Amino acid sequence: MATDPIHQFEIKNLVTLGEIGGVEIAFTNSAAFMLAAVVFTAGGLVLATAGRALVPGRVQSVAEITYEFVADMVRQSTGEEGMRKFFPFVFTLFSFILVLNMFGMIPGMFTVTSHIVITAVLALLVFFTVLVVGFYKNGFKFFRLFVPSGIPIVIMPLIVLIEVMSFLSRPISHSVRLFANMLAGHITLKVFAGFIVMLSSFGIAGWIGALLPLALTTSLIALEFLVAFLQAYVFAILTCIYLNDALHPGH
Amino acid sequence: MAADRPPSDPGRPGRDAEEQALDARLRKLGEKIGALTPKPPPDDNAGAGGRGDPTNLARALRLSSEFIAGILLGGFIGWLLDYFLGWSPWGLIVFLLIGFAAGTMNAMRSAGLIRPQGK
Repeated sequence: MATDPIHQFEIKNLVTLGEIGGVEIAFTNSAAFMLAAVVFTAGGLVLATAGRALVPGRVQSVAEITYEFVADMVRQSTGEEGMRKFFPFVFTLFSFILVLNMFGMIPGMFTVTSHIVITAVLALLVFFTVLVVGFYKNGFKFFRLFVPSGIPIVIMPLIVLIEVMSFLSRPISHSVRLFANMLAGHITLKVFAGFIVMLSSFGIAGWIGALLPLALTTSLIALEFLVAFLQAYVFAILTCIYLNDALHPGH
Repeated sequence: MAADRPPSDPGRPGRDAEEQALDARLRKLGEKIGALTPKPPPDDNAGAGGRGDPTNLARALRLSSEFIAGILLGGFIGWLLDYFLGWSPWGLIVFLLIGFAAGTMNAMRSAGLIRPQGK
């Protein structure tokens, strides 16, 4: 079981709260890690900015750099209007996913974002935000998003249908990308780490042979840290691009 | 294009001017296409290097997820229509094809080859 690469993604019930319609409602290890991430982010940011030092200390710098990073990202893709309206949303998403990904990199901890249920809910949240804001702000002009300019009227219905499908498939690729990256990365890591254990049970020759997967695992960990950050960034920037469509469709 | 060509045949007058006009038109078209071609979105391929670069893997995952998302959605909608409206097998056939087209558009958009949605 120690080398089973899938075992790490198992959901365990910590506290069973009750039952709704035959479905057990429980506080799982996934929920516990999400709660921990929220407490860590919120508490960390409150503590980091509590000093309000003019010359920021180390912790305050981290908080300020994170703010600047997300603020630049939102401002560049959605403009000042998007910055006012959506900055809290994007910042929350980004920090939540980043902290969950980084928690997952600590050995023995659970990776919440490796479950598609979580990433799909986050992607759908973005999707419905785009729909609601898009229709609220633009009314029927929002449909211009599906009508590319300069298309002959004859093939217009087909193009519009394809564009609508393309729009509807956004939450799928949005969620699958984060989930697949985290899942695949952690499985690869576990498989190569498992090789070390297996090889080293063959005696001296095995130990020498195990150096190869050990080196690989070490470099993979570095890569996984990069992926953990990159995927949080990609999720956030895609959110910004989609939100921009809600603010400015068809221009 | 025109600069490295030898001077045109003196035996055929009028050709020179014609070619120059054509060249000018070609150049104008090139400029127009250049202006319309979108730059790839700032995404996970930032700073992508040579072979074996981890960001290339990210790029591959990005493009394939975009492509597969379209097909999956098309298949799902087609299946729904077949199941609930009894259009079998036309729902699946038509919507799988449309999903394929949408997936291709997604992937090309993601790679920055065609204009983003609504533009």
